[in-house]
Amino acid sequence: MTTKRSFTPIFWFLALLLVIFVSYPIVLTLTGSPLRVLGDTLLDSEVLGSILFTFSSSLIATVIGLATGIPLAYILARHDFPGKSLIEGLIDLPIVIPHSAAGIALLLALGRNSILGRGFGLLGIRFVSSAPGVVAAMLFVSVPFLVDTAREGFEAVDSHLENVARTLGSSQWRVFWKVSFPLARRSILSGLILMWSRGISEFGAVVILTYHPMIAPVLLYERFQSYGLDYALPVAGIVILISMLIFLVLRALNSVREGS
Amino acid sequence: MNRSSQLKLKDINLSVGGFSLVNVNLEIQGGEYFVLLGPTGAGKTVLLEAIAGIKPVTSGTIWLGAEDVTDRPPEARGVGFVYQDFALFPHLSVEKNISFGLLNRSTKAEPRQLARVERSGRTSSQNVRARVEQISSLFRISHLLDRKPEGLSGGEKQRVAMARALITDPQILLLDEPLSTLDPEIRELIQVELRRIHQELGTTTLHITHNFEVAAALADRIGVVMEGKIVQVGPPQEIFRQPVNESLARFVGVRNIFRGHHTIDREGGGHLQLDGLRLASISNLEGAARASIRPEDILLSRKSLVSSARNNFQGRVIQISDRGSFCYVTVRVTIPEQGGRSLDLIALVTQSSVQELGLELDQEIYAAFKASALHVF
Repeated sequence: MTTKRSFTPIFWFLALLLVIFVSYPIVLTLTGSPLRVLGDTLLDSEVLGSILFTFSSSLIATVIGLATGIPLAYILARHDFPGKSLIEGLIDLPIVIPHSAAGIALLLALGRNSILGRGFGLLGIRFVSSAPGVVAAMLFVSVPFLVDTAREGFEAVDSHLENVARTLGSSQWRVFWKVSFPLARRSILSGLILMWSRGISEFGAVVILTYHPMIAPVLLYERFQSYGLDYALPVAGIVILISMLIFLVLRALNSVREGS
Repeated sequence: MNRSSQLKLKDINLSVGGFSLVNVNLEIQGGEYFVLLGPTGAGKTVLLEAIAGIKPVTSGTIWLGAEDVTDRPPEARGVGFVYQDFALFPHLSVEKNISFGLLNRSTKAEPRQLARVERSGRTSSQNVRARVEQISSLFRISHLLDRKPEGLSGGEKQRVAMARALITDPQILLLDEPLSTLDPEIRELIQVELRRIHQELGTTTLHITHNFEVAAALADRIGVVMEGKIVQVGPPQEIFRQPVNESLARFVGVRNIFRGHHTIDREGGGHLQLDGLRLASISNLEGAARASIRPEDILLSRKSLVSSARNNFQGRVIQISDRGSFCYVTVRVTIPEQGGRSLDLIALVTQSSVQELGLELDQEIYAAFKASALHVF
């Protein structure tokens, strides 16, 4: 009887330990600098520029992920073919490998002397120390989150619905846009948000491919290395604050849409 | 308003997953209600999906009307499909579900539709709305148009799925066990409904089921699928009376199936009129009807009995088939006024009854059954 009674309190205790562990450092960081310093940091064009650069690079990576990851997710959800589990494993690999290693791999594949690097070079696109390098690194490490989530969404769509829509005169394209996509929309949307936020928080892969121009995490790292904690703290506070605000808004939008 | 077309399957072979169909040949007439009957797992659904173009065939040809549609994608075949789970689009209202086939055509409209579109200039929204209303009132679901599929009952979903399939005026309607998920009471209602709709629209229908009562109630002809093959095709009576093999006999069970006209007399008693013969029943249906009696419900006697059985006929034994501990005895009842027309009743009796009654071929015998044993549907 006593074990029964103590179950819930013990669970609460353990759960709260974790919540404190996660929230305490964040609260400290947010409150670590006086408001005036936070304001000054926000107006620091280098800081603001790097934040905008981070968010927009991740957004571009997410759009590329959308265009290629949705077809991949759909194919994985609907078709069986030889080598399917190999592709499934490969696409999830960026989640488990150290991101600095991912950066090295990308440098090898996209560097100045690589085949791809030279090919894109002809088009005027460089991946080393450039915005495209940031996008490539973000895409590499964050796209598995979109593919996995979207795939689950497509798997949840009964294939009978697609079959019926075909017999009603719709082509595969039309069935996708009118049936499969709307029904998987919730999963796709969360996948996009997940991917975007994962891209924004990326450091390891990006820093190896592209130190300059600086994304916010790199700038933060540089300030910490060159000037110490006092100078890094307000930047960290601003980055956390803006990220939190954006994702709160996105989540609210998502739930409002679901409600309607 | 319909273009009910003939369906012809020639040497169809296909295998999907664990199922395979071998050399299926089948012809379904335009306007016919054809039921494909077979145990679960006989590959019936796969065949239906192949006809719709959803699953490819390994070899063989599929003809719909005058055209070979074997290589056409589903959207260019003009078939209506109703799944067992109804597959209503959960994100669309009932109205949008029904109008889906009018608003989302990717292929060129088929000839009929083209004519209609040309006449009205375009498939205008009023035009679509009018056709949705028309088909909804046919299915008595007009009050549901604004609802989402989620909250509908099984019977309502079934009607919506049928309306959605039929609004495109398909050449053939394919029904995949459309009654099996419904409650028994609703099933009979929907069964009557299916027949009414079929009489009204006359769309060629291919309905698959594992339930022989459903098959007997609806089919013009039945095709029996067993182990990937069509083993017998014929009208219900024939399938039930002369199953081609033992396993089919066991599957359908031997029963007496009649087709006639059911009336109610002034006292409220029901009668099934079968060219000249009148069978008493307790049903309150009126109009064209079918009926069945289980062989074990028929009582055989050497003399006419005075009993509570309302149906009592004199006939002759024309067949005794021995099944071990029991026998099926076929009694032919000749209808006096109809000069030679007759009705065969199959009774199940034990071996000891056969001995005691001294049953033999051509013997005169009385067959009796209660009005309540006659199942009218």
